[in-house]
Amino acid sequence: MVSAAALKPQPQAAGAALDVVDVSHHFDIDGAALPVLDHVTLSAAPGEFVALLGPSGCGKSTLLRLVAGLEPPRAGRLLEDGRVIAGPHPSRVVVFQDPTLFPWRTVWKNVALGLEAQGIIKSERHRVDAALAMVGLSGFSNAYPHQLSGGMAQRVSLARALVNDPDILVLDEPLGKLDSLTRLSMQTEIVSLWQRQGFTTLLVTHDVEEALFLAQRVVVFSERPAKLKADIQVDRPYPRHRGDPHLADLRRQILGLLGLDATW
Amino acid sequence: MPTYSVSDALELDVGTQLASRTSSLLRAVRGHAIGFAAGLGWAAFGLSCLWRDDIGDWSRTQEVAIAGFAIGGAIALAAAVGLWSRAVGGAVQRRAPWLLLIGLLLAAWEVVTAKLGLLPQPFFPPPQAIVEVYTDDLPKLVESVFASVKLQLGGYLIGAAVGFVTGVSIGWSRAVGYWVHPVLRFIGPLPATAWLPIAFFAFPSSWSASTFLIALATGFPVTVLTWSGVASVSSAYYDVARTLGAKPSFLVFKVAIPAALPHVFVGLFMGLGASFAVLVVAEMMGVKSGLGWYLQWAQGWAAYANMYAALLVMSLLCSGAITALFKVRDRLLVWQKGVVKW
Repeated sequence: MVSAAALKPQPQAAGAALDVVDVSHHFDIDGAALPVLDHVTLSAAPGEFVALLGPSGCGKSTLLRLVAGLEPPRAGRLLEDGRVIAGPHPSRVVVFQDPTLFPWRTVWKNVALGLEAQGIIKSERHRVDAALAMVGLSGFSNAYPHQLSGGMAQRVSLARALVNDPDILVLDEPLGKLDSLTRLSMQTEIVSLWQRQGFTTLLVTHDVEEALFLAQRVVVFSERPAKLKADIQVDRPYPRHRGDPHLADLRRQILGLLGLDATW
Repeated sequence: MPTYSVSDALELDVGTQLASRTSSLLRAVRGHAIGFAAGLGWAAFGLSCLWRDDIGDWSRTQEVAIAGFAIGGAIALAAAVGLWSRAVGGAVQRRAPWLLLIGLLLAAWEVVTAKLGLLPQPFFPPPQAIVEVYTDDLPKLVESVFASVKLQLGGYLIGAAVGFVTGVSIGWSRAVGYWVHPVLRFIGPLPATAWLPIAFFAFPSSWSASTFLIALATGFPVTVLTWSGVASVSSAYYDVARTLGAKPSFLVFKVAIPAALPHVFVGLFMGLGASFAVLVVAEMMGVKSGLGWYLQWAQGWAAYANMYAALLVMSLLCSGAITALFKVRDRLLVWQKGVVKW
């Protein structure tokens, strides 16, 4: 699945440090302010894999939009390697829950999007091929998105992010809409891509097992407006085992934090 | 039904074998009967031309009869080839019902006009009268076709281009939308033909006036549909492009416009229909050339055959234009699933 070109170490791909300092945010809905983030402070070391867990609609995805620079925070600061995040930049790429591939572009041209937008596609075509090889879709360069399955489409969207050699990869429930088998295999793939490329990863999910299987740290948020509730180290080496009793303990603890301890 | 009987396989009896061979040939012919019937239908048309003397003075009756026989023969020949060639056979069988109907209708038309005079003359000219127009008045018709195509193409391309740019601008920029939208709402729904009297005064030539009107008729639907296409592009596409480092020009040209193209083509299609109407009216009212003018001129001379001949050409041109537009769309929108077939 993985070609030799893809395995070559990527020089730019070293993770960046991320600091979220006392960030608050609200939406204006019909004139009323709807608070979504309440004094959130959190940081990720370069190359760290952090999962953000919280009840549905608590504001985790909003935090990711702020990290991506798609919106400015109403209060507080976000820093990438000490520099304030002022807008979107290809060093911080988001993979959304929907693959949002451009249906009028072939798979190859979808992956090439970032390099094309930055005006460097002419000299960097090989990076597109390498990214496609990395997610095991080399044979689908000329396919259109409507010809792909859900899992393949999400792989393409992963390749579209990775082709930019991001310092911070932001994953907004990227596996949320996949069937459970595809989901498990892609979890393993994400871990190996992260280990190989070394980017800092921020994963929003509401799947506790997914967070524990993937991340070095799991940050638990409260209901909206999101406040930091717990910051849990997952001190287990990779590759992890899904039946690991330590992970099961952590899972019970986290479900308790989310108010679901009665079920387990 | 088994194709081979026991007697076939054992060659018991030459007679039985012969009979079965004939019956299989019959079966094959029966499968292609509609093709041969279509040939006969056209032959009937040829015969109807020769059946008796025309009630009027038409000079092409003989030639039309020969053409009828020739076409009928060609269809029958194709049907015969179809007995052996699957491709030809399929092609003939697909078209045969229509060919048969057309042949019979032509024959009926010939009989009730030129032969029996059941339909009042000269309002319902027979087929040979229309053929006569194509053979004897060809230069003027061709000239009219060129004039119409030139006027239509110029006006349509200008209208489509202006409409597209306007639509993208309104969809993209709030400021442009603020100023252009009310004007569009006020002027757009007005039928372009309503401007005709003013346009012919205000423009230096009837040609430029008509070009303006055709452009106007095309521009309105193209603008509105392009605008709604751009406005309905999912913001998720912009988010994705922005996080990948896209600048505003990239968002317009590589995201908004391609995403809006399916809408744009609906606008182009509607604009094409509207512009045909304006073209014909403009040519009838003021422009001294083109098919609309030809129609008007023919009516003035009570040359009804010329009118039908021109109408036929006009419908071929309009249909051809729409087919061409759909071809372009199919090329540009290959990424869409299940586009409508014209």
